[in-house]
Amino acid sequence: MSQAKATMSVRKPSPQAGIIDIQGEVTATAETALMEAYAQASNGNTRTILLNFSGLEYMNSSGIGLVVTLLIRVNRHAPRQRLLACGLSDHYKQIFELTRLNEAIGIYDTEAEALAAVGG
Amino acid sequence: MTTQPTPPEPEEEPHFASWALPVSKLKTEDISSEAINLNVNGRRLTGPIQGFGQMWQKTYKVRLPGVSLTPHEIVDVWRKNFGKFWPKENKFYGSVIGIAPGEVAVLNLAGPGGITGPGGAPLVSTGVLVIYADDVSFSFMTPEGHMFAGMITFSVAEEEGAPVAQVQFLIRAMDPIYEMTFRLGFGHKTEDVHWHATLTNLAAHFGVRDSKVEQKNTLVDPRVQWGEAKNIWHNAAVRTGLYMPVTLMKKVFKRG
Repeated sequence: MSQAKATMSVRKPSPQAGIIDIQGEVTATAETALMEAYAQASNGNTRTILLNFSGLEYMNSSGIGLVVTLLIRVNRHAPRQRLLACGLSDHYKQIFELTRLNEAIGIYDTEAEALAAVGG
Repeated sequence: MTTQPTPPEPEEEPHFASWALPVSKLKTEDISSEAINLNVNGRRLTGPIQGFGQMWQKTYKVRLPGVSLTPHEIVDVWRKNFGKFWPKENKFYGSVIGIAPGEVAVLNLAGPGGITGPGGAPLVSTGVLVIYADDVSFSFMTPEGHMFAGMITFSVAEEEGAPVAQVQFLIRAMDPIYEMTFRLGFGHKTEDVHWHATLTNLAAHFGVRDSKVEQKNTLVDPRVQWGEAKNIWHNAAVRTGLYMPVTLMKKVFKRG
């Protein structure tokens, strides 16, 4: 298995929101890091999981698959929990549109806009 | 073969060209006249989010010991000969360009056990869009009406000193009819037989005899999405069956 080229760090701007800052390359090798970050971000009364892609360098189709898998995990906690994304470049916004992930994940330009939209 | 928008020039960001651009509806062009081209043109693309049934991640792997080619070289051969590795009852009609982002291909598929219609006619005509392709992997997504909604990724990587070819699905059955075939087992079995045979043929192409295909199934989401039951309207198996007499007559008159 190749070495992971992504790092995920978690912030909790409020008890209701968990932000996962994604840095580097999101491919199949990022699975463990992403799922661990989700576990850390979703503890307590977290209602919003925000994926911050502003540090994203590259994502392949396996990376999109990981986001789908994460979405399913978040949806298990619906309607208590929802998944949002911010910081996507125009290119990756197009990929979310291509794969129709934009129909299931709220996409915002900035972290502030995303948190404001959910009152978080 | 296709009129999908051309991906951006690779000069700016090399990986940008690995992805197809968004498409509202699929359109095929220059598909072989041998193909029965139904259930692709005008259909929307569907991902795992849009399907009806349980979500499965299915992974098929074959080791290629003794093959000295790089993953890049193996994927290159796989892409160029993609349909040739399929079991003979199933046909993949790609473009002259080959498997590249934005290309649409038509699939003519047999039923369980390789059953075909009169004259070897397919039981299901459907297609795929190539959404992604790089040096060591490529991915498809499926149109409305396909057996499943989702993504299929083909890749080769070095593992423990040998190349390993992998096919990975992240899918939901598209509608309640297909979900029933998966629940009853023969939907899964048909897929499994197909991909085991494909990987065995791929391994044989590279001189690997007696290869063993490993399979792992993971149930990602046990729930069905009743809101997507309406997908049944586009069911490609039903529509292929309904259109088949017309399609066959057209072929006969063309020959005449």
